[in-house]
Amino acid sequence: MEHIVIIGNGIAGVTAARHIRKLSDKKITIISAESEYFFSRTALMYVYMGHMKFEHTQPYENWFWKKNRIDLVKGYVSNVDHANKKVDLENSSISYDKLIIATGSKPNKFGWPGQDLKGVQGLYSKQDLEQLQENAPDNKTCKRAVIVGGGLIGIEMAEMLRSRKIPVTFLVRENSFWNGVLPKGESELINEHILEHHIDLRLNTNLVEIISDENGRVKAITTDKGETIECSVVGLTAGVSPNVEFLKESGIELGRGVKVNRLLETNIKDIYAIGDCAEQHQGIDNRRPIEAVWYTGRMMGETLAQTICGNQTEYKPGHWFNSAKFLDVEYQTYGWVFSERSKQDHEAHFHWRHSKEKICITIAYHKDTKEFLGINTFGIRMRHEVFNKWLTQKKEVEYVLQYLKDANFDPEFYKQYETEILAKYNAEFNTSLSVKKKSLKRIFNIA
Amino acid sequence: MKTIKYLGLVIFLVGLGIFAATPFLGNFKVDQKGFDEIITSQGIKSDILIKDLSSKIINKDFSSSTFLAPVLEDAIESANAIHIKNKEWGKKVYASGDNMAAAIRKSSSYGFIPENKGTMWFLTFGLGIIGALLFILPNIVLLGKKGIKNDGIYLQSATNRGLVAWLVFFFLVSFYIILYFFSEYAVNWTFLVDPISEALSGNPAGHWFVYGFMYCVVMAVMAVRMYIKYRHNMYQIFRTTSVLFFQIVFAFLIPEIMVRLQMPYYDFKNAFPLDYDFFFQWNLKDLIANGGIGIFILVWGIVLTLVIVPVMVYFFGKRWYCSWVCGCGGLAETLGDPYRQHSSKSLFSWKVERWLIHAVLVFAVGMTLMTLYSFFAESSTVLGIKTQTVQNVYSLLIGAIFAGVIGTGFYPIFGNRVWCRFGCPLAAYLGFVQRFKSRFRITTNGGQCISCGNCSTYCEQGIDVRAYAQKGENIVRSSCVGCGVCSAVCPRGVLKLENGPEEGRINPTEVLLGNDVDLMDLVNKK
Repeated sequence: MEHIVIIGNGIAGVTAARHIRKLSDKKITIISAESEYFFSRTALMYVYMGHMKFEHTQPYENWFWKKNRIDLVKGYVSNVDHANKKVDLENSSISYDKLIIATGSKPNKFGWPGQDLKGVQGLYSKQDLEQLQENAPDNKTCKRAVIVGGGLIGIEMAEMLRSRKIPVTFLVRENSFWNGVLPKGESELINEHILEHHIDLRLNTNLVEIISDENGRVKAITTDKGETIECSVVGLTAGVSPNVEFLKESGIELGRGVKVNRLLETNIKDIYAIGDCAEQHQGIDNRRPIEAVWYTGRMMGETLAQTICGNQTEYKPGHWFNSAKFLDVEYQTYGWVFSERSKQDHEAHFHWRHSKEKICITIAYHKDTKEFLGINTFGIRMRHEVFNKWLTQKKEVEYVLQYLKDANFDPEFYKQYETEILAKYNAEFNTSLSVKKKSLKRIFNIA
Repeated sequence: MKTIKYLGLVIFLVGLGIFAATPFLGNFKVDQKGFDEIITSQGIKSDILIKDLSSKIINKDFSSSTFLAPVLEDAIESANAIHIKNKEWGKKVYASGDNMAAAIRKSSSYGFIPENKGTMWFLTFGLGIIGALLFILPNIVLLGKKGIKNDGIYLQSATNRGLVAWLVFFFLVSFYIILYFFSEYAVNWTFLVDPISEALSGNPAGHWFVYGFMYCVVMAVMAVRMYIKYRHNMYQIFRTTSVLFFQIVFAFLIPEIMVRLQMPYYDFKNAFPLDYDFFFQWNLKDLIANGGIGIFILVWGIVLTLVIVPVMVYFFGKRWYCSWVCGCGGLAETLGDPYRQHSSKSLFSWKVERWLIHAVLVFAVGMTLMTLYSFFAESSTVLGIKTQTVQNVYSLLIGAIFAGVIGTGFYPIFGNRVWCRFGCPLAAYLGFVQRFKSRFRITTNGGQCISCGNCSTYCEQGIDVRAYAQKGENIVRSSCVGCGVCSAVCPRGVLKLENGPEEGRINPTEVLLGNDVDLMDLVNKK
């Protein structure tokens, strides 16, 4: 029986394992050094905040793995020996017929002085969570925390610490939060929201040094503005990069991550890579070569399972979508909406923002053809299927605006803003479009 | 703000403490006249019992902590033994010791409590309400910006099965045990609400009136908490208002006012088989005896169960009843909200749930068929089994212990929907309709799920919502009461409760939306 060995029990590896099991009877082994069972990394924050216990982050009950004949091995893979088709753990080795590398990411550290002091940490793994619970159990032990890096993990970490009433200073290199990704209006909305949550947001500010006390524990940091900020914890959240160090000598081609082709194959036969650690030779469509996103990890797992079970399938992600939550504000995106920094000339934006609430949308469209390119929504939920369909059908921006009610996914009785949104568009473009009533037939694709 | 909160807590605990002590304060002493009235009202014809009790009770001063029921039970038993021996069937006593003890106390208690009903009401209910509101209202400020407010739930004793939770458990269970099995101790409580009862129905309060009034008060106060906690969520706000309205108006006020108007006591929204004694002989007789209104209630009750309930479930899912109308659901969604995370999500619990709830449904329907047969055939037994015995067993095991003691008493330990999930026969019936013939579903938003588990954690019905959401499948489960909290706590906007066409409502998928369209089609069509 063919033996499939998967290194890493995150969403990519586990999805691959589940789908291989559905499609075949192969022997499957998952190796992880991080945790005994699969858990949802995105939910770690809720454990610290007391919304959940760690066990709640585990999507499958513990009996699931044995029942589905997926062997779990806890251990750290130190080397892949592809000549002998085996992986070496600390005290043993496991032979494989096919190997899937799904080792995810690790937090970036850019060589800051003091970055390895006690009390300085990232937030990625289960161990990081445990460390944070130790470093910052309450606001007596942790009088202030400084977070370095204005991305999704940074703001999540700020939210976590604030849930325990710990004062937080948030250093962001850019002049507005996440504005490499978000257009201006949205980025500004989040800046405001961060301040509303009593987070000391410092834009345009870089970390210079982390200063140690006599016990090798952080006691302060200095910034490039010449400030010294006393703190008990420093969160390093300046992005992540593929966790592939252990493969350096393996002969597997590495860039920043494990180089793979569209079939998710590495340069070595029978070795594949998926998820955060995989790097496409060339980004697909507008995507980056490395996509460290939950959804793409899952999609690669779904796809690779097909290939491994004999149905050779290229990784072909469909329309881009993503989501996040910034403190209390939910964010969803469908299609491509680029920030001012990275958008191309043909991309124009229509932006609407609620006068009081933290609600806004940005629609990207092609300046000349008026083709709808994508939408970002803050504080309004949208229906994935509807936008997926509109993107496939290359609808025009005005169509999307008129039929926006079909795409609304907010809970029942929520206030709806399609009329206001369209009114703003009409005013800006001198049009007289009107909102079309929501149609269950259109939404559910009934002829 | 924090000071106000803690002050509120202290006031609340003082009120609760006085309430808890009330049953045991004061005295009662029955005179000859009062004793005769009790004997008449209980329909007692046994000279032996009357003589025996006269010597034991009349003009004796008892403290309220006296446990009178066993004394009466013993006396009844020994009197009955003699009557049976002498074949004096007309003299046999059917009164229960507990009821009789309660009646004696109600008519003969004296001292501070019955003489200062208003003051006592203030010291118990009044302080409780004021304290609770002072504890809850500062959250408008303390909770900060509107949004999901689940910080620290698993870090606090009260909501993480800690000491506080066990104390609440102990208190609730004791309360229900007194209410169902030792109602004589609830008599002092009835004095507190006598003025209210008299204003509504014209009668002094019984222990069930205390319960009904308290139910409304607790729901109203905890609804304030819901309004603050979910103030961003219109679905929760409407739903909370709706359950509160149906409890206060339909379950509490209308039945009391009907009594005042010489009509039968009836809760128009309480559908059979949750209302398990609707077809009991005494109820049918009572309704028929009441003429027009009685017949109307009889017809309404039948139409409610056979037509209104399933039709509404077809259009809106069982949520319209279980989390918008029902009293049990109403308490669960207000008082029980802080405990919703304790429902077990394991597959094992789901198996137990399916066996148990359907067994109760079979029990309820079986009992009712027996009852109806007995009623029309005028026979007290069916196939040699006494109908009365079956009714008594159901009332005790299901009506009192399961729905009351376990259903509510176990909130802090097993979550707030134990009864609704494992026991309610009406929920089982609605569940069939919801699962097999309904437009309701919780739609999963394409591929947006990140498997975080908030939905499953906060599902009060123990549904592993994530198991469906992470596969891109809609959630169509018979047990879902449509409380909408999974959708509320989802950080990625994945879940939406909605009514739509039946076609495609259940949508098993292998590959989620967002992956290559060909792959999706290929795999999902297999």
